[in-house]
Amino acid sequence: MPAKTAPTPEVERHAPEVERHAPPAAFEIQGLRVRRGPSFTLEIPRLSVAAGETLAVLGLNGAGKSTLLEVLALLLRPDEGEVRILGEATRSGQDSQRLRRRLGLALQDPLLLGGSVLDNVALPLRLRGVPRRDSRRIALAGLARLEVVHLAGRPSRSISGGEARRVSLARALVTDPDLLLLDEPFSALDPPTRDALLRDFQRALPPATAVVLVTHDRLEALGLAHQVAVLQGGRLLQWGPSQEVFRSPLNQPVAALVGLETILSGPVISSGDGVSRVAVSPGVIIEAATEAPAGVHVTLCIHPEEVHLERPGPGTRTSARNVFPALIQSVTPHGTGWRIALHCPFPLVVLVTGRSATDLDLRPGERITASFKASAVHVFPARSRA
Amino acid sequence: MRLISEGFSQALHLILGLDPDLREAAWRTLQISGAATIVSLFLGAPAGVALALSRFPGRTLLVALINTGMGLPPVVAGLFVMILLWRSGPLGELGLLYTPAAMVLAQSLIALPMVTGLSLAAVQSLPARLRVQIRALGATRLQTAWLMAREAQLPLLAALMAGFGAVVSEVGASLMVGGNLRGSTRVLTTAIVLEASKGKFATAIALGLVLLALAFSINLILTRLQQRGRT
Repeated sequence: MPAKTAPTPEVERHAPEVERHAPPAAFEIQGLRVRRGPSFTLEIPRLSVAAGETLAVLGLNGAGKSTLLEVLALLLRPDEGEVRILGEATRSGQDSQRLRRRLGLALQDPLLLGGSVLDNVALPLRLRGVPRRDSRRIALAGLARLEVVHLAGRPSRSISGGEARRVSLARALVTDPDLLLLDEPFSALDPPTRDALLRDFQRALPPATAVVLVTHDRLEALGLAHQVAVLQGGRLLQWGPSQEVFRSPLNQPVAALVGLETILSGPVISSGDGVSRVAVSPGVIIEAATEAPAGVHVTLCIHPEEVHLERPGPGTRTSARNVFPALIQSVTPHGTGWRIALHCPFPLVVLVTGRSATDLDLRPGERITASFKASAVHVFPARSRA
Repeated sequence: MRLISEGFSQALHLILGLDPDLREAAWRTLQISGAATIVSLFLGAPAGVALALSRFPGRTLLVALINTGMGLPPVVAGLFVMILLWRSGPLGELGLLYTPAAMVLAQSLIALPMVTGLSLAAVQSLPARLRVQIRALGATRLQTAWLMAREAQLPLLAALMAGFGAVVSEVGASLMVGGNLRGSTRVLTTAIVLEASKGKFATAIALGLVLLALAFSINLILTRLQQRGRT
């Protein structure tokens, strides 16, 4: 993520008088109520994102994510409440049209129109009255930023799904929008394609553009967003800095959505042979299966399902790169299994099945060995404001 | 069998000899049905696109009415127009009954629900979120309608072909409001009815062949337009 200059959300929330001097939020919602159908209402008391920030809206299908996106795109008028885009309220259709032209939108379905790839990316500019030649020149530059300039002359229907996502993102970014709305544009792609797309997208994203990323993928949210809002059944369950939401979910539904992740961070000490060694606290080093440059500050995330527990004994050998003696702090039921909180001495959350818990006789206060492979550690580059 | 082969040879004779009556009827058919198709295109396609993109109370009822209209029997359409244009009717003063204009009116009434209904279906068959995507690209309502129509151009041309096919082949309405007057309101279909009733089957077959050829040529042009640039 590029460097941020906008105020932190905490400042905004606790000291509204600062807002007058700061740039306006890319969007700001207050007291929103949108009825859709007889049984669904989207209710959001307050939500905003500052320029240059990324907000992930996390939720399952039917949570109201797409409805929220339509409200933010000024295509769905709320029944109650106010939506301010770039500090401006939308009172008339003309307001909406003018403000809508400062937004960009890309969906999971790229929805390219007929004609060539270049026609598609030039269209938002043509709709804004940019002359044909200029629009083509700018569109070509936009395609180049997403590494698909070689497709410019191809019919839009003849390119692959991954290429179409890139073109769709180039089309959303070509007008240099102040607010970019994304509805799962990175999902349903194979992992290498998706990783390359994410990398190129982050590079192509202008530093001042605010992003709203709707997703059900918690790792995508953790990797891309500064802030996370969790939606369920049309209600905003939690909203805050992403690490805070992932580390301390307010309630069980949020925890179920964001997963019980162990999130740690620290500098990369050394790197090589496909692993990075990260110091998460003085003297405690975790190995992760990725080569990050030494000295860089990274965020680590360990899946609770991927940690193995065993009774300490002599001569146990394991292929896991990370083995830690641990103290069991709590054992709580979770679904059909158990959630074990460990002190390693960093906090580590583990999920085990009911059988394992019985066999190992896990109780609080006992000592155990926790191990996990380097490949079970997900690494995110730390952002300038973490 | 002899009748058919005789019919074909006479048909060939009439066509190659550019029989003036045949030419006249074919030209009238093209003019009247062409005009009716164009009228229904300019009224029906925008109406269909607008209906597909709008929501208002009573919309479902209206769509059901249009869908019913797609099956409107030509004779009933002819009856409506006849009553409308009858000397004592609401538009009687225009004196349009038994003129080509009356036939254009009646045929437009037949083609209009078809073009409207099929255009509506064409636009509604586009991806559900395409409208949102296009609007978010910065398009106004009008630009959105145009871009959506462009996306649906294949089924829209199919709607046009269906409309033309319906009016070029109908005979009931043309007879009722046109009157099959030689040199003025006689089209290929009404001429076929007349010739067949007189027992001149060969002439009727010749007319039928010309009608088929005419419909085929028009559809060939529209199909080429539709399939152009397909990958």
